[in-house]
Amino acid sequence: MERPAENGPRPSRRRVLLGGAAAAGVGAMTLGGGDALIRSLRAPAETVANAERVHGGRTYPFHGAHQAGVATPPQAHARFIGVDLKKDVDADGVRRLLTLLSDDASRLTRGESALADTEPELATAPSGLTVTFGFGPGLVERVDPKAVPDWLGPLPEFETDRLEERWSHGDLLLQVCSDDLLTLSHAVRMLLKDTRAFGEVRWSQEGFRRAYGAEPDGTTMRNLFGQVDGTVNPGPEDEDFDPLVWCGAESPGWLRGGTALVLRRISMDLDEWDRLDRPGREDSVGRRLDDGAPLTGGSEHDEPDLEATTPLGFPVIAEYAHIRRARSEDPDERILRRAYNYESATGEDVGLLFACYQRDPDRQFVPIQRRLDELDLLNEWITHIGSAVFALPPGCSEGGFVGQTLFEG
Amino acid sequence: MTMTALTTRSLLAPTALSAALLLGACASPAPTEEEAAVQESSALQAESVSITDPWIKAASADDGMTAAFGVLINEGEEDAVIVAATAEEISDMVELHEVVDGDDGNTLMREKDGGFSVAAGSEHELSPGADHIMIMDLTRDLEPGAEVAVTLEFEDGSTQEFTAPVKDFEGANENYDGDHEGHGDSDEDHGGH
Repeated sequence: MERPAENGPRPSRRRVLLGGAAAAGVGAMTLGGGDALIRSLRAPAETVANAERVHGGRTYPFHGAHQAGVATPPQAHARFIGVDLKKDVDADGVRRLLTLLSDDASRLTRGESALADTEPELATAPSGLTVTFGFGPGLVERVDPKAVPDWLGPLPEFETDRLEERWSHGDLLLQVCSDDLLTLSHAVRMLLKDTRAFGEVRWSQEGFRRAYGAEPDGTTMRNLFGQVDGTVNPGPEDEDFDPLVWCGAESPGWLRGGTALVLRRISMDLDEWDRLDRPGREDSVGRRLDDGAPLTGGSEHDEPDLEATTPLGFPVIAEYAHIRRARSEDPDERILRRAYNYESATGEDVGLLFACYQRDPDRQFVPIQRRLDELDLLNEWITHIGSAVFALPPGCSEGGFVGQTLFEG
Repeated sequence: MTMTALTTRSLLAPTALSAALLLGACASPAPTEEEAAVQESSALQAESVSITDPWIKAASADDGMTAAFGVLINEGEEDAVIVAATAEEISDMVELHEVVDGDDGNTLMREKDGGFSVAAGSEHELSPGADHIMIMDLTRDLEPGAEVAVTLEFEDGSTQEFTAPVKDFEGANENYDGDHEGHGDSDEDHGGH
């Protein structure tokens, strides 16, 4: 499990440059740490009295083996943005774009302003900001047509799908998450300023959960139906998390340590849902609404007893119940869910941005969705209206950029 | 990406640089004779000054002009003055500019007399609307994400090269003092052209 770092108080530049206590630091520069020192000198957070803020200084490292924003505990706010690249953007253009974006992300996630940031003050409260990049087939092909994984492209059609182009597909994904919406908005603005020479926003989807600290850490989210949503979910601390989520040897080399995102926009008919009484709502899913426990008893994380029957001989968890249909005998058919609620400005379209991560959607999301497509009482009230699949490359190290491995193949 | 790849034309041996920097801090022990000698011989301004977070505004050859920005930091014991800059791969005409209030109340850009001075132990920011490195007669397009080498020339003749990434930027459109053309953008809102 990734843990956020708290930014401690930073020395002022002047102190470090002139102050007596700085001798050791200045000496360290000569050993090759000059760049890091200068960077820390220029951190805008130095003016913020850290003791006075509750969580604005929390950061997740941008650099590492995997991109942040996947195994990271979900922040309160998310923006998913699909970008279409302009026709004339070639491999060199892709490289330049990704270099700029990774530089922006590495700075902003530290709570520092981006290069050429016209509103640097908006960057000072990262509040757990993560920036995650994903590639559609259109981007990968421009760099190396042979590097496109089999699963990267539109998913097979499902009977209950009512997909709209305006919520589907794209060449490049920007996933920006933070516990602070102003920080998120500024980060998106910077990223899009560096993107506009290369492409256009195809769609943008904003998601939310409860505010940071509103519930104990680790509380399963609730969706707009009021349901506890996401109880069965591998956690980074689980042994099988890595093989379920991170691409391995079966993937093109550039993707190892990366993952696949399936983003489905699932519209929820709240007006129809209102007509359903509480027992009916619980029956449709197979869980209690108050605490998310299976209808067969226990607490949220207890295993449902799918064999249990009522005195009349009916299954307690119905044949059509969502949790029964979502379940697979095959332990490999599992995904990491990191969903967000959404609500359009006028409220006519509300639902769930179902973001899930896995090593191979064809072997994980698709079989699960196929079962739900065949039978799931929840389909009475939900409709999948958007669908996009992206390959999320592994993380990069300091000085590198996300997607660099694609150029090294 | 390498944002601040710095090189100096007359590189010191690492030990000499180390000594010079240590001497800049008050709390370090008194220098030995040997260290003091090293310091004296290493007082080139290019070695005291670094530039951090440099960048250049994207522009096309048709635009003709752009500017470079960043933060100059002088970690040496003596003041340094940058008297010129060059960017051979993109232009033969690079100047050090300042932004001042004109007689009509508008701000103007013009060449800065005496260049940019960076006092010992301080920094000097080059930013849109303030001092900047003006690059004219662009010989090629500067596309976002490309990297450009710029060389600073100091008062004492020492030089330092850095590379700066090109950034898409809407600002930095100030007017010029004199007969210069517009500043990169073809925007109509700058009357003094």
